[in-house]
Amino acid sequence: MWQRIAALMRKEFLALLKDRRSRFVLILPPMIQLLVFGYAATFDLNNIAYALYDEDKGQAARELAATFRGSANFREVASVASVGEIAPLVNSRRVLLVVRFGPQFTRDLIVGNPAPLQVIVDGRNSNTALIALNYVRTIVNRFNDQWSNAREWPKPPARLQIRAWFNPNLESRWFFIPGIVGVITLLITLLVTALSVAREREQGTFDQLLVTPLRPVEILLGKALPGFIIGFLEATVIILVATLWFRIPLLGSLLVLYVGLALFLLSAVGVGLMISSLAITQQQGLLGAFLFMVPAVILSGFATPIANMPPAVQAITLIDPLRYFLVILRKVFLEGVSFDVLLPEMWPMAVIGALALFFSGWLFRHRMY
Amino acid sequence: MTAGRGEPLSTRGGVAMRLSGLVRKEFLQIIRDPSSIAIAFVMPVALLLLFGYGVSLDSEHVPVAVVVEQASSDTADFIASIDGSLYFSPIPMRSLPQATEALLAGRVDAIVHLRANFADELRRPDGAPIQVIANGVNANTARIVEGYIEGAWFTWLAHRAQEQGRELRVPVRVEQRVWFNSELRSRNYLVPGLVVVIMTLIGALLTAMVMAREWERGTMEALMVTPVGVSELLLGKLIPYFLLGAGGMLLSVAMAVWLFEVPLRGSFWLLFLTASLFLFVALGMGLLISSVAKNQFIAGQVAIIATFLPAFLLSGFIFDIGSMPAVVQTITHIVAGRYFVAISNTLFLAGDVWSVILPNALALALMAAIFLGLTWRTTRKRLE
Repeated sequence: MWQRIAALMRKEFLALLKDRRSRFVLILPPMIQLLVFGYAATFDLNNIAYALYDEDKGQAARELAATFRGSANFREVASVASVGEIAPLVNSRRVLLVVRFGPQFTRDLIVGNPAPLQVIVDGRNSNTALIALNYVRTIVNRFNDQWSNAREWPKPPARLQIRAWFNPNLESRWFFIPGIVGVITLLITLLVTALSVAREREQGTFDQLLVTPLRPVEILLGKALPGFIIGFLEATVIILVATLWFRIPLLGSLLVLYVGLALFLLSAVGVGLMISSLAITQQQGLLGAFLFMVPAVILSGFATPIANMPPAVQAITLIDPLRYFLVILRKVFLEGVSFDVLLPEMWPMAVIGALALFFSGWLFRHRMY
Repeated sequence: MTAGRGEPLSTRGGVAMRLSGLVRKEFLQIIRDPSSIAIAFVMPVALLLLFGYGVSLDSEHVPVAVVVEQASSDTADFIASIDGSLYFSPIPMRSLPQATEALLAGRVDAIVHLRANFADELRRPDGAPIQVIANGVNANTARIVEGYIEGAWFTWLAHRAQEQGRELRVPVRVEQRVWFNSELRSRNYLVPGLVVVIMTLIGALLTAMVMAREWERGTMEALMVTPVGVSELLLGKLIPYFLLGAGGMLLSVAMAVWLFEVPLRGSFWLLFLTASLFLFVALGMGLLISSVAKNQFIAGQVAIIATFLPAFLLSGFIFDIGSMPAVVQTITHIVAGRYFVAISNTLFLAGDVWSVILPNALALALMAAIFLGLTWRTTRKRLE
C-alpha cells in the first residue's frame, strides 16, 4: 500500500515541481508576500500628516505645538491661517488632522481656566481616525501633567496605572505577524491542493487513476501528503522569518506550535481537496478556493476581532480552521501557553480535517459527470 | 448582425460580425459553466452579507474583570461609571488571581483593580492608584479598551467634582470633530472597502482562466486560423465579462447603500465610471495572468496569490499606507485596489473631491492600459 502511495506522491510532486513556472509560483511569491505584508500590517501610525492652525500664538500654544513637532508619529505638512483653508487640506487627504488653538488658549490656561483644543480629523477611515485621536490625547495628557505640576493645578484624586501584559509597548506588529504566518500557510496549502483534483478531472486523468489498483484512501493520501509536506516546510521558513527577521518573541514551546501547525495543515489540506474534488473544472476549483479563503481570512479574527461579530456570524467562524490556528499562533508566540490551554483550539481543527478528508475521498468515487 | 449583406465584406462590418460572434460564443460558455454567473452575482451577495454584518472594529461590551478588594461608596461610584458605559460588560471578581486567570484564558480583555485602601488613598494628596491591566496581544483592542477606561475614569472624576460642588479642572481638553463619519462607524468605511476587495476578485476570477483555457484545450489554435484579430479576440473576452462584472458591481453598491446604509455623498455616475475603470483593471489583470500562464493550473495559482491578499492588506482598506515603510509604500502603487479604495471612500463619505478622484482615476486608466496592452502583446507574439 505504501509503495503505491509513494508512487502517487512522486507523481504529484512531479506535477507540481517539474514545471519551472509552477515551482516558482509555489515558493517565491508567498515568501515575498510574507515580507511585504509583515511590514504593511500594522495599526500603529508613524506618519500622521497634520496641519496647525494657531489663532493664539501664545506661549502655551507654542509649547503644546512643540510636543506635536517633537513626536515621531506626527509630521507637520502645512500651517493654516484661516478657517477656509481647513476643508481643502482635509478633503484632498493632504492631512489626516488639523490641530486648532483658539484665540483664548494661552490666556485661559494662565488664569487657570480649562482651554479647549479643537482637533479636526478625517473620518473616511474611522479606524485610522480613532487611532490618531488616541495619539493626540496621549500628547495632550502628557502636556496636562506637566502644566498641572508646574502651575500647581489640583491633582485628580485617582489616577490610572495602565499596563499591558504580553505586549508592553502595544506593538500591533506582534499581533499581526503571527496572524500572517497562518494566512500565508493557508495560501500555500490551497495553492497545492485546491486545483489538483479539478485539473485531473478536467483533463480526464482522474478516471485513469480510479481504474488503477489504487484504493480511494490511497489516492486521498497521495493527494494530501504533498500539500501537507510543502505546507510544513514553507511554514517552517515562515516561522523562522517571523522570529529571526521580524523579531517576534516566541515564548512557547515549538512542540505545541508544530502540533497546532500539523492539525491546521490537516484541516486546510482537507478543505482544499474537498473543494478540488467538488469542482468539475479548474474554473470551479478556483471559485471554490476563493469562496473558502476570503471568508476564512476575514472571519478568522486576523484583523477584526471575532468578539465584535454578531452571534450568528460568530457561529459561522466555528467551522473556520484558521480561526483556531490564529489563537494558537498568538498564544504560543506571545503568551507562551502550554498545550492543555490550547486543547479547545486543537480538536476542532482535527475534526474539520477528518470530516473534509473523508468527504473528499467519498467524492472521488461519487462525483461523476 | 446585418453587416456584409449583399455587399463585399467591409472591414467595419466584418469586425462587428466577428466580434458579436465571439461575444456570443463566450456567453454560451458562461451559461454552460454556471460558475461565472456565480462569481458575478452570488459571490458579491454572499461575501457582502457575511462581511457587512460580520466585520466590525467597534468593540462594544468588552468583558472586563472588576476586582474591588474593599467595597465602599467611593468604589461603588467608580464602578458605576464603568457599569454605565455601553462599551463594557463588567464581571465582578473576588481576587486578583481569579481575574488574572480569566485574563490568561481570554475570558476578559482587561482587569480593573481597586486596592483595599482605595477610599483612604483618595483623600491623600497623591491620590489613589487605579490599576488597569490589559491583554496586549491584540494591541489595537487593548488600546481601544484603554481609551474606554480613560473615558469612564474621566466621567467619574467630573461627576465626583460636581457632587462636591466644584468643576473638574483639566488644563487642555481635546474637542474632536470627526468629518465625514462623525459617529466613527467602522462599517461606513469597511463596506466600501469590501466592495473593492470583492470587485478585485470578481474581475480576476472571471478572466484568469479564460485565455489559459483556450490555450490548454487547443481552441486557441482553432481561433487563430479564423480571420479574428487579437484585438477582436480580447474585446470578445472583455465585453461579456465586463457586463457580468458591472452587474455584480451595481449589486454591491446597491447593497452598500440600501442594506448597510452607507451614505453615498458623491455622484453615483462618477462612482459608476470610476468603478468601471477599476473593473477594466481587474479584468485586464486576469486576462494578463491567463495569457502569460497559458495553463489553467498556473493561472489559478497566480490568481490566488496576486488578488485577494494584496487587495486586502496593501490597498489602504485596513492598514494605513502612510505608515508603511517607504519600500512597501512603493509596492502598493502596483495594487490597483489602492487607487479605488481612495476613490470609493471619498465618493461614499466625502463627496466629489476632484483632487482625490482625478489622480487616482488616471492611475487606474494607466494600469488598465498597461494590463490590456501587455495581454495584447503576449497574445500576438504567439500568433506569429
